[in-house]
Amino acid sequence: MSLRSLSLGLVVATLLGGAALPAAAQDSIYVPLFTYRTGPFAGSGTYIADGMHDYLEMLNQRDGGIGGVKLVIEECETGYDTKKGVECYEAVKGKNPVIVNPWSTGITLPLIPRAAVDKIPILSMAYGLSASARGDIFPWVFNPPSTYWDGMSMIIKFIGEKEGGLDKLKGKKVGFLHLDASFGKEPIPLLEELAKELGFEAKLYPVAAQDMQNQSSQWLSVRRDRPDYMIMWGWGSMNGGAIKEAVRSGYPMDKFLSVWWPSEDDARSGGAGAKGFKMLNWHGVGATYPALQDIMKNVVDKGLSKTSKDKVGELLYNRGVYNSLLIAEAIANAQKLTGKKVVSGEDVRRGMETINLDAARLKALGLEGFTDSIALSCTDHNGHRPAFMQEWDGSKWTKISDPIEPMGDRVRAQLEAAAKDYAEKNAGWPKRTETCDKAS
Amino acid sequence: MDVLYKVLIEPFVFMGEAPDLLLQTLWEGLVSGVLYALIALGFVLIFKASGVFNFAQGIMVVFAALTLVGLYEKGVPALLALVLAGAVMLLLAFAVERIILRPLVNQPDIILFMATFGLTYLLIGLGELIFGGSPKEMITGALYLPQGTTELTLLGGPVRFQHLDIAAAIIASIIIAILAVFFSKTRIGRALRAVADSHKAALSVGISLNQIWVIVWFAAGIVALVAGIMWGARSGVSFSLQIIALKALPVLILGGFTSIPGAIIGGLIVGIGEKIGEFYWGPLLGGGIDTWLAYVIALLFLLYRPQGLFGERIIERI
Amino acid sequence: MLYREAGQFKSTYASDMVVFRLKEDRAGLAVIILMAYALAFMGSDFLLQAVLIPFLVFALAAIGLNLLTGYAGQLSLGTGAFMGVGAYACYKLMTAFPDINVIVWILVSGFFSAAVGTLFGLPSLRIKGFYLAVATLAAQFFLQWCFIRIPWLVNYNVSGALDAPLRTLFGVPVVGATATPQTRYIVVLTLVIVLTWVASNLVRGRIGRMWIAVRDMDLAAELMGIRLLQTKLLAFAVSSYYCGVAGALMVFLWYGGAEYDVFNINQSFFILFMVIIGGLGSLIGSFFGAALIFIMPILLGIVLPIMLAPFGIAIGAETIEHLRFMIVGALIIFFLIVEPHGLARLWQIGKQKLLVWPFPY
Repeated sequence: MSLRSLSLGLVVATLLGGAALPAAAQDSIYVPLFTYRTGPFAGSGTYIADGMHDYLEMLNQRDGGIGGVKLVIEECETGYDTKKGVECYEAVKGKNPVIVNPWSTGITLPLIPRAAVDKIPILSMAYGLSASARGDIFPWVFNPPSTYWDGMSMIIKFIGEKEGGLDKLKGKKVGFLHLDASFGKEPIPLLEELAKELGFEAKLYPVAAQDMQNQSSQWLSVRRDRPDYMIMWGWGSMNGGAIKEAVRSGYPMDKFLSVWWPSEDDARSGGAGAKGFKMLNWHGVGATYPALQDIMKNVVDKGLSKTSKDKVGELLYNRGVYNSLLIAEAIANAQKLTGKKVVSGEDVRRGMETINLDAARLKALGLEGFTDSIALSCTDHNGHRPAFMQEWDGSKWTKISDPIEPMGDRVRAQLEAAAKDYAEKNAGWPKRTETCDKAS
Repeated sequence: MDVLYKVLIEPFVFMGEAPDLLLQTLWEGLVSGVLYALIALGFVLIFKASGVFNFAQGIMVVFAALTLVGLYEKGVPALLALVLAGAVMLLLAFAVERIILRPLVNQPDIILFMATFGLTYLLIGLGELIFGGSPKEMITGALYLPQGTTELTLLGGPVRFQHLDIAAAIIASIIIAILAVFFSKTRIGRALRAVADSHKAALSVGISLNQIWVIVWFAAGIVALVAGIMWGARSGVSFSLQIIALKALPVLILGGFTSIPGAIIGGLIVGIGEKIGEFYWGPLLGGGIDTWLAYVIALLFLLYRPQGLFGERIIERI
Repeated sequence: MLYREAGQFKSTYASDMVVFRLKEDRAGLAVIILMAYALAFMGSDFLLQAVLIPFLVFALAAIGLNLLTGYAGQLSLGTGAFMGVGAYACYKLMTAFPDINVIVWILVSGFFSAAVGTLFGLPSLRIKGFYLAVATLAAQFFLQWCFIRIPWLVNYNVSGALDAPLRTLFGVPVVGATATPQTRYIVVLTLVIVLTWVASNLVRGRIGRMWIAVRDMDLAAELMGIRLLQTKLLAFAVSSYYCGVAGALMVFLWYGGAEYDVFNINQSFFILFMVIIGGLGSLIGSFFGAALIFIMPILLGIVLPIMLAPFGIAIGAETIEHLRFMIVGALIIFFLIVEPHGLARLWQIGKQKLLVWPFPY
């Protein structure tokens, strides 16, 4: 009885008095993580959630937080559902979160206009609105290290190199298998522009969200058109489904390339036939890095993580680690900039803009060689870093190329147009008033 | 004129030019059709005997497949796991009869429909709680399902046949044959048909409705298990498979809610229709039209025959 | 004791026919509305933005579907898509004519969705019951495909998504990021109250009675001289109008920007749940249904960890999600068994009991 009345009272109090759950303690930094361990995208979301959580938890365990301040890590389950994501945002908003990472383009879009109003920066790592790479227009949104346009230009460059020069693409056919949503459609303008310019033919194969596991129609069309290369922009069970179908329909795997979202599980599901599948990536795979060893020692071995041991160091797990690395670095920068220990969302936004992860810093963090250096600035919230191509050898990923620089000028042109377009359509989009910090 | 040419002539010219691709498309359509029909069959069994439009059929497919794979991962031998998964479906049938159907007897159709939504939610939560949300691989090898591909040169081009697809088509046919024999030859089967005709009359001659319900739900559970294995082997076992069950709905209205042959013919029409449509006419509209094409095909049929191809005639009286 | 019919004499037919016959009912309604407005100033941002605004939006959509399914007896699974039509129409209108007030466009956008709804209602003349439900799925998938495929609908936005540009009412922003939850809530609340009032008059009048006649037996209704085609199509139109307005409110006053995906099939099912659980053929039931289906999971998300904490069980966010699913599923079954006619029926029984309490004889 007392329990029930207590909980009822608490509920009423939370609803009326603002979400005053215990998190907002004064001597800690509140980092909410939007995760999805349920729903159709759980296959990708679980590993990312584990990676994000474990790295931050490791900082708590090993160093007692960042700068001596403990991090309060709280997961909010979104199920990749925009409705629940927005609900999560409202739920964490009252607890002074220093940053949010929605992990879904659908959730990111409604949050972008709110970020500036609520003073909560958004980290949409290599997804979300590509135009938000422009810090002068979107001061509160960050999408490092590369946009989808960067990714597309890198893939085309890679194909060009394989063919022996971009001009050799003339007359070729390039298929583009994508999730039929804003996420998958974003690179299309750039692809079509490049197609026109370089003289290859772009074929589009959209996959509807409800048909992610039922792609036989698309692959029939692939058999009809016989594209010389296939590029994939998928997420969740779409990736595994596509790889399986490619194997089934006998598409040459070494000509099947993807943006950075497939996982080991996806490739594994193709069996032996998936050998040769290629994807872009920008960070290391494996748990040999000192920081990941620390995670093993301080988090996984202590039973503080939900992950199983063999998943630590897998591609998407490390993707989550990279995401948390950026968060942690931004918080540390914010502490340096402001001199405060307990920082706020506004401080972390400044910390994000001054991120400068060079080789020395990465080494100090125990992540030497984990990823390329990256530096953000007030105008550049993305970095447009090169990524490398990796190939599935049947059991693991192997790096097969040097970092490929994106076609900077083209991406810039796309960005320019998109950002201008966004600001124009959203009449009254606020001008940037946030001051700019020098990198620390 | 150009548009008309592209819509009316070009696809057929292409069909004639590349008959091997047409054959491949037909085969893929056939396989998808059989797989849709398998899901639709589960709906029909339950609708026929209890008048319930069982929305939970889709999640039953996922749940059955997950149970099978989950047990196997826990170290249970594959064939034993198969039997146990069947047993779980039997348990589910008992639970559904006892907890949902019996208290809701004599309620309007839509209430029972809604109750199966409740069941869907329950099974999603339960399934994810027990087996976790991440997708799993179907244990194709351990179940002695064939893998690999045969490539034949037919009509001037290579046509690929997946062994798994062939197996799926054969297994589906066997299941359908068993069901047909079961319905027409056995005592229980005749009782089922009596119940389908009229609940009251069946009760009056001493058929136990409760028992029949358990049997049909169990049969639907087994069909779900088979569908789960086949779909799972094709594209992995995950909760997004549940959405594919929606593809069975146009099959149902095409074939009629109460007809087993209808489910099969409907499945084939939808499967082949959507593949042909997407393959030959899809590019004109930018592709991806197979998400709604099946429904439009079904809708057109319905305008001719509002009760589906093989559905029982609707007789209206004041 | 306070709630009594005795002593309230009706001297005209009009006063005997009003919606709220008892002065206690009228007072109660006034108090509820006043409290609803008062919440705008008392509630936290979370309560307004994440609970009440969506609740009202869903209630409005549920009213729309209830008009069609509960009153006119036509089962539809295309609600999500019709909401989408409203949202996209509103976006096109408010960006093409930015000078006209956005509230006007939200109300006008409903007409576009009404037109589309009528079109997809055409098969209803020939097809009935579950067959019709599946036919409306065609609308759901076809329209959703249109939302993705026609870039004109989003003004060729690169993101392919709807965004909410700044719009004001009397100088106060109502749409866009700077609009406060309070303003949004008051606008949504007012629109929902007005539209509910319209709906309640509609269903009590000639049109509503025609719908009910068609629902109960369309053949008999036809023999009585009700034109089936017009009546059914009108039901589709009015229903889609409500759904369209709800969709526009959802995107511009709740989310503030959205992808096509928010209008997916799950949305349609979600609203159908609300209608059935709340009570078919009851406006107040739509509110109850929306409350149960939308607010209850949120409450569970807050309550479950608190309830389990004393036992030393710390459960992860995803386990809560699983339990939420299971409890919602179990509750749907439970409520259907306890009262198949929905929460509205329970409410009615409760009121009936209260009228005679404490002397039930």
